Amino acid sequence: MSGPMKRREFIRIAAAGTGGLMLTTPVFSDRSGEIRAEGVEAPTRGGKRYPTYCEICFWKCAGWVHTNDKGEIWKITGNDDDPHSNGRFCPRGTGGVGMYYDEDRLKTPLIRTEERGKQVFREASWDEAFDYIAEKMKRIADEHGPECMALFTHGSGGKFFGNLLKAYGSNNIAAPSYAQCRGPREVAFMATYGEGINSPERVDIRDTRCLVLIGSHLGENMHNGQVQEMSEAIDKGAAIITVDPRFSVAAGKSKYWLAIKPSTDMALLLAWIHVIINEDLYDRKYVEKYTYGFEQLKAHVKDMTPEWAYGITTIHPDQIRKTAREMAHAAPAVIIHPGRHVTWYGDDTQRLRAIAILNAILGSWGRRGGYYYPETAHVTHYPTPKYPKPRRDWRDAYPEGTFNLAGLALANGICEATVPSLKRDCSIKGWIVNGTNLIHTLPERQKTVDAIQALDLMVVVDTMPMEITGYADVILPECTYLERYDELRTDQNREPNIALRMPAAKPKYNSKPAWWMAKEIGKRLGLEAYFPYESIEEKLDWELKQLGSSLEEMQQIGVKKFERESGSIYPMEDLADYEFWTNTGKIELYSTALEAEGFDPIPKYTAHEEPPMGFYRLIYGRAPMHTFSRTSNNPNLHDLMDENDVWVHPKVAKEWGLRNGQYIWLENQHGVVSKTPIKVRITERIRFDSVYMVHGFGHTNAKLTRTNGRGASDADLITNVKLDPIMGGTGMRANFVTFRTEPGGKEAAI
Amino acid sequence: MRYGMAIDTIRCVGCSDCVVACQTENSVPIGYARDWIVELTTGKYPNLQMEIRSERCNHCSNAPCVRTCPTTASHYGTGGIVLVDHDECIGCKACIASCPYDARFVHPEGYVDKCTFCLHRVEKGQEPACVAVCPTHAMHFGDLDNPNSEISKLIARRKWKTLAPEVGTEPNIYYLL
Repeated sequence: MSGPMKRREFIRIAAAGTGGLMLTTPVFSDRSGEIRAEGVEAPTRGGKRYPTYCEICFWKCAGWVHTNDKGEIWKITGNDDDPHSNGRFCPRGTGGVGMYYDEDRLKTPLIRTEERGKQVFREASWDEAFDYIAEKMKRIADEHGPECMALFTHGSGGKFFGNLLKAYGSNNIAAPSYAQCRGPREVAFMATYGEGINSPERVDIRDTRCLVLIGSHLGENMHNGQVQEMSEAIDKGAAIITVDPRFSVAAGKSKYWLAIKPSTDMALLLAWIHVIINEDLYDRKYVEKYTYGFEQLKAHVKDMTPEWAYGITTIHPDQIRKTAREMAHAAPAVIIHPGRHVTWYGDDTQRLRAIAILNAILGSWGRRGGYYYPETAHVTHYPTPKYPKPRRDWRDAYPEGTFNLAGLALANGICEATVPSLKRDCSIKGWIVNGTNLIHTLPERQKTVDAIQALDLMVVVDTMPMEITGYADVILPECTYLERYDELRTDQNREPNIALRMPAAKPKYNSKPAWWMAKEIGKRLGLEAYFPYESIEEKLDWELKQLGSSLEEMQQIGVKKFERESGSIYPMEDLADYEFWTNTGKIELYSTALEAEGFDPIPKYTAHEEPPMGFYRLIYGRAPMHTFSRTSNNPNLHDLMDENDVWVHPKVAKEWGLRNGQYIWLENQHGVVSKTPIKVRITERIRFDSVYMVHGFGHTNAKLTRTNGRGASDADLITNVKLDPIMGGTGMRANFVTFRTEPGGKEAAI
Repeated sequence: MRYGMAIDTIRCVGCSDCVVACQTENSVPIGYARDWIVELTTGKYPNLQMEIRSERCNHCSNAPCVRTCPTTASHYGTGGIVLVDHDECIGCKACIASCPYDARFVHPEGYVDKCTFCLHRVEKGQEPACVAVCPTHAMHFGDLDNPNSEISKLIARRKWKTLAPEVGTEPNIYYLL
């Protein structure tokens, strides 16, 4: 194809058919996915077992992939030495086999082309696909500069594409897990303690005596290690306080369920701080020794009484006092949990600041049963040349000085920087999207689609024909995590540790691992020096040897733990001296960093938009057997839950004449109607001013044969976004829906 | 010896890991399940209670399925585990009709299938797959006749119930409350 790409038509990968099967003989020789180790003898079915860490969610539990006597993948279990899973996987990890066996997988590279005026995908060889990408990337670098390429990633393969992008000269690397998820939490804790929370969360639930969950639904959110520790803590008699407009599973196990009016959490937090200070329940010694700005905080919350908060939150003053005392009674073994997906109302960094402050005055940070100090194993990476320094990045899309406190790139920021504008020299011209279905991930879908239309190159790397593939110029089929090596897992925990992922089977179809794709594209761009290893085994073995291990050893054990080197896991246990990485060296109850950027140094309550008459706040969440929109077609996990439903309070159902099990469409405040219908679940477990649904359903790509058209997508309906002025997070809980018995109205984008 | 389970409804979060682990361990075809989750909410907003149970065959000591089976395919095995001999089963479904727990189904290959307490694992000294995988350690397996087994001690110490005790099946799965 020559000339500029026409407006991209959304293609449902139909032209490709099942052709991938015919292309299974690779047209090149490489060693990707080759199984070189023999694996360890497995106890049953005469097979072997291979170490892995899970890719179904970001918790990355380490375990074993078992094969049967025919060498076929049979089952996955946990690795007893793994501190993320303690040897026990969650249903998604156990059901990970379904990702491998899913016959809807992407099977061969595809390139967008035009046939008789219609855009279709044609099957391509890997060489053709890489040549196409390299040529476009060269042109983008020549005409606009390498900073005009961007990467969206939410998976292990993204590390290799990240290296490719950095070598090429761009720093536009964004994961939606930041600005659409945990970003405000990281910025708030950084402002308070000089350190973020990171993943897995550094919460010492195992030894806590009181756990406060604010809109966090652990148990439905199967963050494995945390859920295990929550059950353990409950068994040991810890008090759980759940703040949620929905009676979550965690609420069902709580001593207190505070069915708060949505969007008013800040008032509750400030009232709790008020009670703890005014009833002299705070940790005086800890506050004196470690914190900055206590007097200002005390003056700030003077009038924020439980009676004040009652009118805002609908939570009775008695309940507010009782729960505050419960926390203080447990302190310092108390956790006001920071949550994970916290981009709700736009003042999210400030809400998380209030949470950080509440923990500080109770003295839980750096104490047993509160927040521990994690450690990460440091891997020396295989030596590569220094990356060039990019001259600009996505921040150019915003006025100078905006989002200075954002620690990572914003996925929505990349979209903004892609839409052409006269205000900038250049817009982003190329995207690589790896393992994230932006159509279901980003709010304001129309904006995403508009940005894609402005691109010269759109590459999607995935295992499945997710909706986002319909917009690609080139689709690269990635093999699943069960068929490949990746970088070592080095995520933080109580003890530093590493985990290995290795293939348990050869890649199915004509799929390939990301490391090989990035290296091959790099080669064509003259960047081979950044990929100096012949095979990933060589790189891993070199890196493991620096750590005193080897690939051979890790293939046998899967997980290796190291001694801590950073000192105590609870450094504030005995009021030992400690300098925090903040401007004042103290825990900043009054934030000098926020003040310097022109933001409130102590959080304030702001009233948020409320549902118009006849509308209900759309609240979304997770089910334990699904991750985002990526698992709903997995045969094993689909079998556990094959569609979502919309939870409606009985009073509301009566008013609207809704029946249990009836299929309806949801329409939001902008008149946007869900693409697909959703089943009504009438339940006492939800407030009368809200509805609830599990995220990740409502797929509209017919190639996802199992899940297509099942349930509805909350992402269809998230068109009202509240941008966090501090770090650019996209607040998504400001959408309100009403019920329709027929489709129509304004359809959601795509 | 009498094998049984004690399932802790307080620790259980209803994640369904037991269901998918059973499916992969025993190659149960997609669309069928030998165990399942029941989630019950009672009360009126905002005074609600919830109970979550992982359910399966109760391996009853007085099993109606064994009594109604015309071919003796349904029988008591080691430690009272209720089993179905696939070769003897004629797929008449009398056992399915007689089971008050709805624990049995017809396998696509024509025989009646159900939970076996993972006898193939138990024989090797391992726990059933659902018990071994449970991330919240909500499930316990062992010998109810041995007063010193972990499960017997749990039942002695904790409040518990069994399902539909009034029908006289003498179920061997205990739900800890």
